[in-house]
Amino acid sequence: MSLDEMNAEDGSVREPYARVAQWLATVSPEQLERRRVEAELFYRRGGITFAVYGDAQGEERIIPYDIIPRILSTQEWSKLAAGLEQRVKALNAYLRDIYGPQDILKAGIVPPDLVWRNPAFRPEMCGVEAPHGIYVHIGGIDIVRVDEEEFYVLEDNARTPSGVSYMLGGREISIRLMPELFRSHRVAPIENYPNELLATLRSVAPRGTMSEPTIALLTPGIHNSAFYEHSFLADGMGVELVEGVDLFVRDDVVYMRTTEGPKRVDVIYRRIDDDFIDPLVFRPDSALGVPGLYGAYVAGNVTVANAMGTGAADDKVIYSYVPDFVRFYLGEKPILKNVQTWRCRDPEDLRYVLDHLAELVVKEVHGSGGYGMLVGPHATKDQRADFAERLKVHPENYIAQPTLALSTCPTFVSNGVAPRHVDLRPFVLTGADGVRIVPGGLTRVALRDGSLVVNSSQGGGTKDTWVIEC
Amino acid sequence: MLSRTADSLFWFSRYVERADYLARVLEATIRLSSLPIRREDAENEWASALATAGCRADFDALYDWVSPAKVTRFLAFSKRNPTSIRNCLRIARRNARQVRTALTAEMWDTINTAWLELNKLDFDNMDASAMARFLEWVKEISLRVDGSGYRTMLRNDAYWFARLGIFVERADNTARILDVKYHVLLPEHVVVGGGLDYSQWAAILRAVSALTAYHHVYHESLKPMRIADLMLLNPKMPRSVASCYGAICANLDSLAEAYGRQGEAQRMARSMHNKLENARIEQIFETGLHEFCETVIAENVRLGAAISEQYLV
Repeated sequence: MSLDEMNAEDGSVREPYARVAQWLATVSPEQLERRRVEAELFYRRGGITFAVYGDAQGEERIIPYDIIPRILSTQEWSKLAAGLEQRVKALNAYLRDIYGPQDILKAGIVPPDLVWRNPAFRPEMCGVEAPHGIYVHIGGIDIVRVDEEEFYVLEDNARTPSGVSYMLGGREISIRLMPELFRSHRVAPIENYPNELLATLRSVAPRGTMSEPTIALLTPGIHNSAFYEHSFLADGMGVELVEGVDLFVRDDVVYMRTTEGPKRVDVIYRRIDDDFIDPLVFRPDSALGVPGLYGAYVAGNVTVANAMGTGAADDKVIYSYVPDFVRFYLGEKPILKNVQTWRCRDPEDLRYVLDHLAELVVKEVHGSGGYGMLVGPHATKDQRADFAERLKVHPENYIAQPTLALSTCPTFVSNGVAPRHVDLRPFVLTGADGVRIVPGGLTRVALRDGSLVVNSSQGGGTKDTWVIEC
Repeated sequence: MLSRTADSLFWFSRYVERADYLARVLEATIRLSSLPIRREDAENEWASALATAGCRADFDALYDWVSPAKVTRFLAFSKRNPTSIRNCLRIARRNARQVRTALTAEMWDTINTAWLELNKLDFDNMDASAMARFLEWVKEISLRVDGSGYRTMLRNDAYWFARLGIFVERADNTARILDVKYHVLLPEHVVVGGGLDYSQWAAILRAVSALTAYHHVYHESLKPMRIADLMLLNPKMPRSVASCYGAICANLDSLAEAYGRQGEAQRMARSMHNKLENARIEQIFETGLHEFCETVIAENVRLGAAISEQYLV
């Protein structure tokens, strides 16, 4: 049985949901449906869309939005927030270490080959000091609940996590559609996110930047699945939304081409992957990036957020060591739990995984977006046998975890209101002047009955997430 | 402001303006073809609609002969005509999406909603009245884009580039329609009588929505020289070439002032504006209306290139 976040097992309604439950009892399915249609129209008209790669039909799709909010109490949130801050600090410390003194390898905590053979590890970043020592300026930490007490981290996203525009868009639409609920709750605001992001980016400008730092958001362009988000954030911060062709590097300084001639850029919030960011250093066939950007970074003339090479901290094997990072670098006890993880590279773990395939979820170490995974209990015998063969050939490419009974929230579906599985992605901002987290995050919901896959590329939807005083 | 942003704003406006112009040309042509004129003349009207839209060559590459249905389809919504109304709106919306942050929410909403509505239209089954509604709708879109820009945009470089796009495109359109139709305005034009001359002249004015304006300005029946005067030189008529150049100069001057620098674009625009201010229509008829229009079109193309060189790349 998975945790139902609204209804307790004894039939009572949990306190944070008290008034939403009353409200749900008074609105008819027709009223809910009308609001759902209105919400869809809002997204469509606003062009709040995403693209699914390889899908010719849906060049621009909207993410289904469920109007019933997901609710956390301030007590739950403050514990979670403290855990998030601790986790991201540990990730930054780890990156500072592996691109610097490598103490954690010397201490024998992480096997060196996990660092060296990791494709997301960038040797080019070794010995390069990140401005203000920060690598992960924007972190998206995926959180799940299985019981009332604990929050578990499912995944760390330290590269270019997306989804924050859906968090903010969802709030706008729910304020518009359900003003009565906002009047009866004290919902912590989140609309200051772009402002906090701007403050974070300003704080990490290279030391010695004269006057106001110039900040730009680097996007791969309108065909990128998250282009709406890029333009939304650039707009919200009042910074230029640039593509690679708008930037050039001269004498290790980055400039953008403007109607008044070249203008120096100090901080780049990039939403382009490492591989594509500088063809002189990474993939030479990339037309999206900026030749010479790496050189400008090494020279200390520009801050790139997130730094290059942060992927070395967020694959699914490294994940299993993050609690160790917390202890090793911060000397603290981890506040957030990790999901138990078997590393298939370890022969003993592999044997266990092969023996228990029917109960486990097996994931590719470097996979993302819900692709290339086996959900044991939902797979056929043949699929499992097939996967076992792949596991034996390249055990180092896989990890396994128990099939979690993810918590559920009431969700409006075709036959009324029913529980659906959810996760949560809060966004953690790290600047030279501290960590900022707006209360809440993006709740993703698996709209299909029984499904545990919440990814938007696989039919997941979103919910507004409320942190309220009870 | 990013050069690419300025470029997208400029072209966003140009394409909306061009869609509007194409809708007017089509309306005027449909109206003309309802008159009792000879069949060859009717065909000529459709051929000249293609010429004023500047896409005769593209049309000939696809079809062997001109028919009203083909031309209408081609100009209004053919996917294979790079500047059909449908493609103009598509490209305008693409430019807008590229620079969403430089547009106001109202402008984005207008063009995005238009694009969504456009995609719902059943182009394969469009009868005459549906076509009339479609053309009416296109003109409304350009009014809304224009109005939302005017009412909501900050008066800074983004606004000036967007306005420049409108007026450079409009000057080109007005000069082009006059250039294609100049022969019906010339004295050697054979008077066919029976009110048909009037209708042909009126059609030209309708294409630039200036028929009513004509009567207000001149208080007399349609005279070819006056029509040319209204479209080329009259500073009060918002689609006249002179009036467009007044606006082009004003917007370029605002940019020059904000950036603290004058350039080739400002000089070219001023020289053209002076020329139009000092010209007399009688003289233009003496030296050749056609030649004058050709010069205006060519100069306008050069101005577009100068703006691009100076700001957009």
